[in-house]
Amino acid sequence: MFRMTTRRLALAMGLGLAMAGAATAQEKLKIGFIYVGPVGDFGWSYQHDVGRKAIEAAFPGRVETTFVESVPEADSDRAIEQLARTGHKLIFTTSFGYMEPTLRVAKKYPNVMFEHATGFKRDKNVATYSAKFHEGRYIIGRIAGKMTKSNTIGYVGAFPIPEVIAGINAFYLGAKSVNPDVKIKVAWAFDWFNPPKEGDAAKTLIDQGADVITQHTDSPAPLQQAAQRNVFAFGQASDMTKFAPNHILTSIIDDWAPYYVERTRAVLEGKWQSQDVFDGLAKGKVKMGPYVNMPPEVKKLAEETEEAIRSGKLDPFMCPIIAQDGKTVECKGGDRLSNEQVFGMNFYVQGIEGTIPK
Amino acid sequence: MRIALEQRRAVSRLRTWLTPLVALAVALAIGGVIVALLGKSPVVAFKVYLRDPLTDPWALQEVLLKATPLSLIAIGLVFCFRANRWNIGAEGQMLVGAICGGGVALLFLGQSGFYILPLMLLAGMAGGLAYAAIPAFLRVRFGISEILTSLMLVYVAELLLDYLVRGPWRDPKGFNFPQTPSFSDSALFQPFFEGGRLHAGALLAILAIILATLVFRRTLFGFAINTLGEAPRAANFAGFSERRITFLVFAISGALAGLAGVVEAAGQVGQLRPGFGQGLGFTAIIVAFLGRLSPIGAALSAMVIAVLLIGAESAQVVMKLPFDLTRFFMGLLLMCVLAGEALNRYRLVIRKEG
Repeated sequence: MFRMTTRRLALAMGLGLAMAGAATAQEKLKIGFIYVGPVGDFGWSYQHDVGRKAIEAAFPGRVETTFVESVPEADSDRAIEQLARTGHKLIFTTSFGYMEPTLRVAKKYPNVMFEHATGFKRDKNVATYSAKFHEGRYIIGRIAGKMTKSNTIGYVGAFPIPEVIAGINAFYLGAKSVNPDVKIKVAWAFDWFNPPKEGDAAKTLIDQGADVITQHTDSPAPLQQAAQRNVFAFGQASDMTKFAPNHILTSIIDDWAPYYVERTRAVLEGKWQSQDVFDGLAKGKVKMGPYVNMPPEVKKLAEETEEAIRSGKLDPFMCPIIAQDGKTVECKGGDRLSNEQVFGMNFYVQGIEGTIPK
Repeated sequence: MRIALEQRRAVSRLRTWLTPLVALAVALAIGGVIVALLGKSPVVAFKVYLRDPLTDPWALQEVLLKATPLSLIAIGLVFCFRANRWNIGAEGQMLVGAICGGGVALLFLGQSGFYILPLMLLAGMAGGLAYAAIPAFLRVRFGISEILTSLMLVYVAELLLDYLVRGPWRDPKGFNFPQTPSFSDSALFQPFFEGGRLHAGALLAILAIILATLVFRRTLFGFAINTLGEAPRAANFAGFSERRITFLVFAISGALAGLAGVVEAAGQVGQLRPGFGQGLGFTAIIVAFLGRLSPIGAALSAMVIAVLLIGAESAQVVMKLPFDLTRFFMGLLLMCVLAGEALNRYRLVIRKEG
């Protein structure tokens, strides 16, 4: 190890001399990614990988990126440390469950910068970032509210964690704002990426009378199931049009690329600092796919809603928000709920039936 | 003309030793060709997958860390499988062990004391033992297949863990995410080396190897287990109690799986959370058989699996090889070992149809 370093140093010095004071041989910045699913899930991990490729495209020759895929959350210390000890200086850990492992490894490698997606614990060298996907869910809620004929909408959820609960609430509030009679049924897959289970959940919901399906899981399976049964559905994380071209209404797209490029630039310029970022449509981290297979007036409604949220005029959680138990939720963000309230949301809003699994 | 398998009259000792090595060599050769077809160097791949995990000190301690719970569970399973008792539910026994041990840790949250960790280990063993006693009881009392009951109890244990981390044991400061608070320092194994992760759990695995080997080589109980497995009627005539042995092998297996659960919880995870088990209890079944149902063999094959897993991560980082290649290689290795075992006992003959 030592010999390698001295050799590299000698090389760098030699080069530096040869170039007579020109910029010293630049070491490429090595950037690592930890994915919870396979890179080909066409959902969550796939979109993070799109962001990784954007970094390579934005800084040609100056960065080198690496990813480790399908890393189990409960056994992720090793993979993260493997990246840190092989010279990666900026590491993105892209699932909630990597929170404690990321913090543990970060303590051992104070000179490596870590970015943890969707977490809430930070450190000097650990930043967190997330996206307001619920803004997109409010829009598709409105579309679903208009498109449903049975007034029953099926929702495939991954885990009853705050991010998913907030998504269900935003979706329902969107749907109810255009269709007061709408009802929502939730089926839990208890997995982020499990195509058979996700598909089965969608099937159950359709059997119970749902004629629009939406999902907060990562694979296209619920969408494909919906297409098979000739009901409408939405794409998740990436533009999933190609999986059900005649039954998709739109997709909520996670676009991590701008954020990843920005954070890489910060490291290259020596300006990186730990921070917490939670933004959405306004910053382009959440995007909407094309609005298709719907009448023009619904499309117009969707576009107007998108614009209103982007400009800040509208928010999925405008006060007053009334919880399922009938109590009004304290309004901590001015005319809307605060980021913290959304981030830690653990209640259904009034009108949603059923209870959150405990 | 047709190809048939014919049983060999005698199984040679030398061949028995050579079989796994030849199987490994064949798997490496096929894997090497695939790597070359992907446009990468098979020599570098060999180094990254198999050499570095055993020579780089950091990687080696990670291998030992990963092999520890696998060995503990697999050694327990050796007791069951030798007695022809099919405990498929080690995963559940491990989870219940982790729940019991973790429960102790949560009870002493924020406190310190040398007694906390040993108490957790005892609670975990007791929990795993009790949980394994259920299929043993059902089998002995009602003759219900332990394969089904032990497997089904895995799902019960998973749901119990899920219920606890979402409900009563959920971290009150955790934004409602399903996980317990992080254990306090006294409830955690401290690493041997600064910056490393290897801890005293590995010593427990070594202790288990020694004790289990002694039981099988030197005790009547070990002999009784083998006899019951290979010739139940003979065991009966010899006066060995089938019920007693069934209970005991399940008890040992469950206690070791429960211990492994606490080792994982207090070792590397530091809290309880869904997905905690990672299928270790199922992988351990493969480990036990790869190790030919001997305690030392189980420990060695746990090392092999750990090396492959860690090599897989290095290969993604160093060589940018996809993870699927590792899964493929693991499957390939298993197939080669099984084929080798078969060819060790049987031989291929080509018969002309008359």
